[in-house]
Amino acid sequence: MLHGYGSTILEGAWLTLSLALTSMTLAIALGLVGAAFRLSPLKWLALLGEGYATVIRGIPDLVLILLIFYGGQDLVNRVAPLLGHDQYIDINPFIAGVCTMGFIFGAYLSETFRGAFMAIAKGQAEAGAAYGMSRMQVFWRILVPQMIRFAIPGFTNNWLVLTKATALISVVGLQDMMFKAKNAADATREPFTFFLAVAALYLLLTTVSLLALRLLEKRYSVGARLAEL
Amino acid sequence: MLDFQLIADSLPLYGSGVLVTFKLLVIALVLGLTLAIPLALLRVSRAPWLNGPAWLYTYVIRGTPMLVQLFLIYYGLAQFEAVRESVLWPYFSSATFCACLAFAINTSAYSAEILSGSLKATPHGEIEAARAVGMSRFTLYRRILLPSALRRALPQYSNEVIMMLHTTSLASIVTLIDITGAARTVSSRYYMPFEAFITAGLFYLVLTFILVRLFKLAEGRWLAHLAPRKN
Repeated sequence: MLHGYGSTILEGAWLTLSLALTSMTLAIALGLVGAAFRLSPLKWLALLGEGYATVIRGIPDLVLILLIFYGGQDLVNRVAPLLGHDQYIDINPFIAGVCTMGFIFGAYLSETFRGAFMAIAKGQAEAGAAYGMSRMQVFWRILVPQMIRFAIPGFTNNWLVLTKATALISVVGLQDMMFKAKNAADATREPFTFFLAVAALYLLLTTVSLLALRLLEKRYSVGARLAEL
Repeated sequence: MLDFQLIADSLPLYGSGVLVTFKLLVIALVLGLTLAIPLALLRVSRAPWLNGPAWLYTYVIRGTPMLVQLFLIYYGLAQFEAVRESVLWPYFSSATFCACLAFAINTSAYSAEILSGSLKATPHGEIEAARAVGMSRFTLYRRILLPSALRRALPQYSNEVIMMLHTTSLASIVTLIDITGAARTVSSRYYMPFEAFITAGLFYLVLTFILVRLFKLAEGRWLAHLAPRKN
């Protein structure tokens, strides 16, 4: 049914998955930094974090991808000669994709993480301090585990949006499953078949993610009392 | 190093791009919300044969990328001879029509979930009061449930509208010259991608701020009764 294109599409699916996972790792790091900035008592740091989140969330992913991929490449090649580098620099689409996705979703995650930190009751840290824990101990033993609990629903949402947004990287030539499906569709003139197959793969990915993250949420909510409605 | 003179000369192109973006957004939102209301009513139904199909629809649409949905409609449907020979073919071969349809389907699923959540969160007392004054099921939905749920869905719906504004940028992939399409044209015409896309980003940023502001005003108008009391 897939005219032998099944295995190439699966290869593309593997690339999609690794792109999503690598970008998410970067996004978590940037999100934590962004959240720390926004919660900082230093006014200019807080403003910087605020600006990052607001600007990125106000611009479409596709425009940011085009800006970073084409614009970034253009800018690098305009700056490089000034630094004495004469060869044309080609940016690897996978690395560009990871940076772009990480940068975009870092902004969304900074919002999630900030909300999660603020949701922790003040008394928790105070109780930790009262037991004689150092600030680092309070942070790692008291705040972080609870922050993870509060952040999981928002994180789940961001992860699902990110996996789906990776499809856009195919527009700048990364050979993910979307790209491979487009090629196969053009070659066989059966676009519906191939895009439907890719839709099914994305649905599988989102379903598995949802189930896995729900288990994680249960694990981190052990000991939390839910409002009974 | 950056040259914005050519961008300034291309402003008319961006201007017409703004109009295309706006047109796509309005059509998608109107169609999407029209579809979302019956879908949300199905989603809150306790009958599995009503709830099930609506759940499956929103789950599949929300679980797959917008780009795949757009390609399925724009490129995919042409695979079938029945579509190519039907009276609807002039519509399905138009990028504008396909983009509007794909966006409307997409936003209908998200909006239906927002609205059904809002319907389910209706305070029980309101429903009991409506029943107590003898309203029929239909009157209950028309006078109590829907107006109240639509109002309470406003803050979340504003996020969906902004998401949709950003989603319309995908129309540039199927050849339409919206804001992103204008930027792509400028970028390839003068080979200055950085300036071209930064300008597009600024346009979207301004549109996003305007939408946020409008929704704040709308919330002040329709959600004033739920706002926290001042002082």
